[in-house]
Amino acid sequence: MDKYYHSVTLDKDKCMGCTNCIKRCPTEAIRVRDGKARIMAERCIDCGECIRVCPYHAKVAVTDPLTSIEKFPYKIALPAPALYGQFKNASINAILTGLKKLGFDDVFEVARGADYVTEFIKEAMRDPERKKPVISSACPAIVRLIQVRFPELIDNIINIESPMEIAARLAKKEFCQKNGVKEEEVGAFFITPCAAKMTSIRSPIGIERSCVDGAISILEIYGPLYNEIVRLEEDDSLQTASPYGVLWANSGGESSALGLDNHLAVDGIQNVIRVLEEIEDDKLTDLEFFEGLACPGGCVGGPLVFENGFVAKNRIRRLSEKAEGRHLSREEIVGTKKKIQWSFEKEILPKPVMKLDDDITLAMKKMEAIERIYDGLPGLDCGSCGSPSCRTHAEDIVLGYASEMDCVFKLREKVKELAQQMIELSEKIPGGKVTNKSE
Amino acid sequence: MMTDKNQVMEQVYTVEAGNFISAGEASGHIKKLLKQLGVDSNIVRRVTIAAYEAEMNMVIHSVGGELILKITPDRIAVVAQDRGPGIPDIDLAMREGYSTAPETARELGFGAGLGLPNIKRCADDLKIQSKMGEGTLLEAYFDIKAR
Repeated sequence: MDKYYHSVTLDKDKCMGCTNCIKRCPTEAIRVRDGKARIMAERCIDCGECIRVCPYHAKVAVTDPLTSIEKFPYKIALPAPALYGQFKNASINAILTGLKKLGFDDVFEVARGADYVTEFIKEAMRDPERKKPVISSACPAIVRLIQVRFPELIDNIINIESPMEIAARLAKKEFCQKNGVKEEEVGAFFITPCAAKMTSIRSPIGIERSCVDGAISILEIYGPLYNEIVRLEEDDSLQTASPYGVLWANSGGESSALGLDNHLAVDGIQNVIRVLEEIEDDKLTDLEFFEGLACPGGCVGGPLVFENGFVAKNRIRRLSEKAEGRHLSREEIVGTKKKIQWSFEKEILPKPVMKLDDDITLAMKKMEAIERIYDGLPGLDCGSCGSPSCRTHAEDIVLGYASEMDCVFKLREKVKELAQQMIELSEKIPGGKVTNKSE
Repeated sequence: MMTDKNQVMEQVYTVEAGNFISAGEASGHIKKLLKQLGVDSNIVRRVTIAAYEAEMNMVIHSVGGELILKITPDRIAVVAQDRGPGIPDIDLAMREGYSTAPETARELGFGAGLGLPNIKRCADDLKIQSKMGEGTLLEAYFDIKAR
């Protein structure tokens, strides 16, 4: 496994070297060098903002093709609840039946996984020792953002596995029990609205190994699934998640499932950053629970969905009202906790990639140099140099990733200076004679 | 910003009285700077909270002043120096819940009387001098523990 596996990658041929992605990256992880974007692996959190904003579709999420399910004798689909919002007039049962027609032997709703996670969090919240506000671990991009930019808040993250993991574990257990097959023979595939989940499968946080075997993007499966759904004569009754589980696709869904009065649900990564700053500054100490989702509107607004996020959000709200799943019983909750790994088994570690140097004395020297260079830059934050702002350009110069002449204004100044010198030189006549051409 | 040969790095921010549009920007900048310097995250957090409280105190109560950040490799100082009006009774102002904040600030959720006690709680050392009619000098110190 690579040290930094990333689902988000660059399609070099399509990249025009524009400034859209560098300006929007929440961890300042992208630079344009030699006319192409470059992603700094240690900074990228796979949030997918760059995928969303790239006008040339040069930022792509590496996910698994639908054909990859063939590697396993038995295949289970784990649809994210966001999938339900993609189709006009399709019931959840129709979508689940359609998935089976595509070659999956079984489906297990991640929304059902969310029902379990909801109960696990409710129990955990009863512990009075827990650091408040408790921060949701549902969005992997936000968990990584906290590692990189808010290490002080790591202890606030709820140490419970994601609905996707819980769903995969339960799905495999149940399938193997029912059919008498070995777990190695079963592949569980997440149908994903985002790149961050793919990264969570390859290099998970909080657990050693993901139980999910692959992720297929909603965009990839949309066409084939649509064709199956329109041809269905009858739906199977496969839907088991509760309305609350289904609503996890939307921002605020997790919070309302928890039934807490004092919660805050925020979506869109820049908005989440603003609130995390406040939490870090101890300004929200009375808050019980914080749900932050990187994508606008929640997972429905993921970069790998087909349908407009706001349209999908409304559809999911309406579909959730018809969801037939019931609340989990006490026995089911306790039994499941015994059956599968449901909480984190590893500590989440900080990733202080924004710091200038390990040695504070050297860091101070670098900071001083940054300030000095920054003062000489135009302050327009145009991005033409390839760094997202004049400030980051100054940082890049000091860290050795860029030079001052990457700045078009600095370059123009220099050219003007040189031109002036050339004029002066051209006016010098050998032999010591100086002609005065002016007037 | 300047660093002298004693390795003191200094950054000065002007704080305007009554300006809630830019209020919090100085402490926000301080936080980003300390994180980039690789200062321990818990210290960054405490410095930021103290700097924010000191900044807001100046916005709400003073006629304006400066927030100054001084860093050496083993100590951080947050200095708030204003041009008045001064604190009549510092002991009273240090008491939790005591506030003289005007109604306009209270409407915005400030003035709960937790500012100075909060700074005291965050800092490793706190000094306040005040003279009526002249101004207040607040110095909060934070040790950067050797790790």
